[in-house]
Amino acid sequence: MAANTHYEKYRSNGTLLGNALEWVDARFPATSLWKAHLSEYYAPKNFNFWYFFGSLAIVVLVIQVVTGIFLTMNYKPDGTLNAAGIPGAFASVEYIMREVPGGRFIRYFHSTGASAFFIVVYLHMFRGMLYGSYRKPRELIWIFGVLIFLCLMAEAFMGYLLPWGQMSYWGAQVIINLFSAIPFVGPDLSLLIRGDYVVSDVTLNRFFALHVIAVPLVLIGLVVAHILALHEIGSNNPDGVEIKKFKDEKGVPLDGIPFHPYYTIAHDLPATVIFLFFFCAVVFFAPEGGGYFLEYNNFLPADPMKTPEHIAPVWYFTPFYSMLRAMVWNFFWLDAKLWGVIAMGGGVVILAFLPWLDRSPAKSIRYRGPIFKTLLGIFVFGFLILGFLGMKAPGYLFFGQGWLSGDVIAQIFTVYYFLFFLTMPYWSKIDKCKPVPERVTFK
Amino acid sequence: MKKTSAIQFLKRLAVTALFAPVAAFAAGGVHLEKVPVSTDQKNLQNGARLFVNYCLNCHGASAVRYNQLYKIGLDEKVIVDNLLFTGEKTGDLMTVAMVREDAEAWFGTVPPDLSLIARAKASEAGSGADYLYTYLRSFYRDPARPTGWNNTVFANVGMPHALWDLQGVQTLEETVGEDGHKVQKFTLSKSGSMSKETYDQAVADLVSFLVWMGEPDAGSRKTIGIYVLIFLAGLYLLTHALGKNYWKDIH
Amino acid sequence: MSDQKVDNERRALILATSAAGGAVVAAAAVPFVASLAPSERAKAAGAPVVADIGRLAPGEKMVVKWRGKPVWILRRTPEMLASLEKVANRVSDPASEKSEQPGYAKNAARAVKDEYLVVVGICTHLGCSPSDKIRPGNAEGMPADWQGGFFCPCHGSQFDLAGRVFKAMPAPTNLEIPPHTYLSDTSILIGEDPKGA
Repeated sequence: MAANTHYEKYRSNGTLLGNALEWVDARFPATSLWKAHLSEYYAPKNFNFWYFFGSLAIVVLVIQVVTGIFLTMNYKPDGTLNAAGIPGAFASVEYIMREVPGGRFIRYFHSTGASAFFIVVYLHMFRGMLYGSYRKPRELIWIFGVLIFLCLMAEAFMGYLLPWGQMSYWGAQVIINLFSAIPFVGPDLSLLIRGDYVVSDVTLNRFFALHVIAVPLVLIGLVVAHILALHEIGSNNPDGVEIKKFKDEKGVPLDGIPFHPYYTIAHDLPATVIFLFFFCAVVFFAPEGGGYFLEYNNFLPADPMKTPEHIAPVWYFTPFYSMLRAMVWNFFWLDAKLWGVIAMGGGVVILAFLPWLDRSPAKSIRYRGPIFKTLLGIFVFGFLILGFLGMKAPGYLFFGQGWLSGDVIAQIFTVYYFLFFLTMPYWSKIDKCKPVPERVTFK
Repeated sequence: MKKTSAIQFLKRLAVTALFAPVAAFAAGGVHLEKVPVSTDQKNLQNGARLFVNYCLNCHGASAVRYNQLYKIGLDEKVIVDNLLFTGEKTGDLMTVAMVREDAEAWFGTVPPDLSLIARAKASEAGSGADYLYTYLRSFYRDPARPTGWNNTVFANVGMPHALWDLQGVQTLEETVGEDGHKVQKFTLSKSGSMSKETYDQAVADLVSFLVWMGEPDAGSRKTIGIYVLIFLAGLYLLTHALGKNYWKDIH
Repeated sequence: MSDQKVDNERRALILATSAAGGAVVAAAAVPFVASLAPSERAKAAGAPVVADIGRLAPGEKMVVKWRGKPVWILRRTPEMLASLEKVANRVSDPASEKSEQPGYAKNAARAVKDEYLVVVGICTHLGCSPSDKIRPGNAEGMPADWQGGFFCPCHGSQFDLAGRVFKAMPAPTNLEIPPHTYLSDTSILIGEDPKGA
């Protein structure tokens, strides 16, 4: 139901609490907010597994904000060496890990939360692709989502510099230098981002400021916009049909159920507990995530004089990092370095155009044809392979076989990634879809 | 039926996708020997003793305070009497007395701080502990090096063999095996104060201590974790039952 | 009937889940609240400190830092000690009944050895550090009947040479005496009780 519907104000039942609530509600839209977004927001009743990840993303956001606030109480963005020759920022992280009571849990929650955020958000985005949640009239919800993803990448990238380990340092060095590929303004732009000729204490301090306040503010604003837009239109569902077409006499969609309590408590709460179970399993038993969540080389303090032998971004950036590395040809008048940057940035930006690229008559994969299923399957496979290769040094060979060169495979899947989107207007139209039902399928 | 088809399709996809990287794990690099990492206080205490006597002259452990060693069963008196040589207090950090500029002049590089070395040295080839265990047993005489020492795990390392009086002096023999691969073999040209078995155990203790130092409270983290997971499992049963109760309303 | 049954089950489940969920929130809050407590570094910095009093002349005061706070050591002359008797009826807690000090310093001179006053130089009112007004009389801007002591510049509390607060002053209790023990005649360990105390 639309958020702008007029709701009746709360009427006191005569008790002290009731009177207080009535007093507040007369002056603040408490009842209407509650009803519009929870108890009278009608969501399709056929949500499945894939619909957990939006709520879980909010759970992770809260974890990151709370742990982040407490980390800033002891973290010091200081790139200078202390008396023992360790950079202040690196030492302050170890100080949190060892000397602040409970600090190690706060830090592990935050570092694991970063990876969890991307796992949840990638699955959430994939859900959108499965069921066509980006299609009209939900284009703007999707665009807000892409912007959230971009913000999240910026947030993660800047946050990763803060521990001031070797990977922090050289990862930032490489990524900031990407901007120097942009014609004319590039080199100056890199310099402006760093504020120094190399990544230094200055860079660390500004990244700290951006990571702890600037980007989170934008991120939270976008999340609010994302949810408001969603609640204006109403949620999509695994059948990709509009539940608002069929309403009862009170205007309630026949296939809709109140978001609260049926989704909040009955659907998302158990899912949140399961999520926390796996989350805590990582935090308490494998906080390094096998070297994927906390990279081994990042336990060495940043050394501007020495690059580690193999540097790779954290896993959640590696698909796009692979696209960057895959570009080795000079096309037209632009050199390969710039094409790499275009591929990396374009790989994210192209997602925003999905609502207009997809011309299929059916939204949901349930009713879409074999072309979509096959191409999407290869797309997912390719994306995972790109992610895998992005963690490996260039020149990686699958199974040690010369003919399975990782570099070539990365190029193939990079090209595929873009072709998937760019040719979508064509193949999505000719795909043989099944008839879409009028109402959702339930049980 | 239709509801599950998408999931099944994806499951198949995920399986295919997951297996490719696992099967594709590359071999190569130096072979690391597995170290029996101990969490036994006796081993850790022996490791701490070796660390303070042999490592702390050049390497610091600036994230660790001496008094944290109570966690491996050393009380204040033992720490003061056996581990503090130059008037430190028990609350002090285990920093190194050597001046950084001197270190750079002597070894060509500043000896790294060892607080986190066991975590930093992990790689695809093995755990950080395995690396350190193999490394500390792979020093050999090399007259070409300024220190007179070289290492098969860390070629042209700046560090001399600090434990040579315990291990003795190894020399390296390289032969070409039948399959054409290089075979490296150590021979003990001068024996040290320890037998091979004793030395290996001493290094294992030292490495265990370095692992402990990487995260002194890792043990309690896991203990707490067990309770957390059990509790969450119980909470899931409750929320699941509650959820089912609500879903009964929906037809 | 069946509706009633469902409601009861739901009620019970909601209660149980809320209780368990509350426990989760409380447990999750533990590391956050704990992280606000002093860290190992703060504890190490707050370790007992040794004060060398060998060169402290009679009537002089020295300051050592313990847990970031000033600890005063005043070597009192016999005249100074005599002044304590004179002001005994003007201080609000002459026997230090309501004040903080180790049992071994709860005596007329508030000291282990009468000659040395060891006291935390932080006013018990709102935490300022009082100034020295050790000389008697109005030489240091105090009233003519001043017997020597300390004066807090923030809100005007006055203390005698045993750190006892005078009556009708903002400070509620006498200055705190820290745990301390004599290692020898010339050195005091501040922050630790004597063995067996």
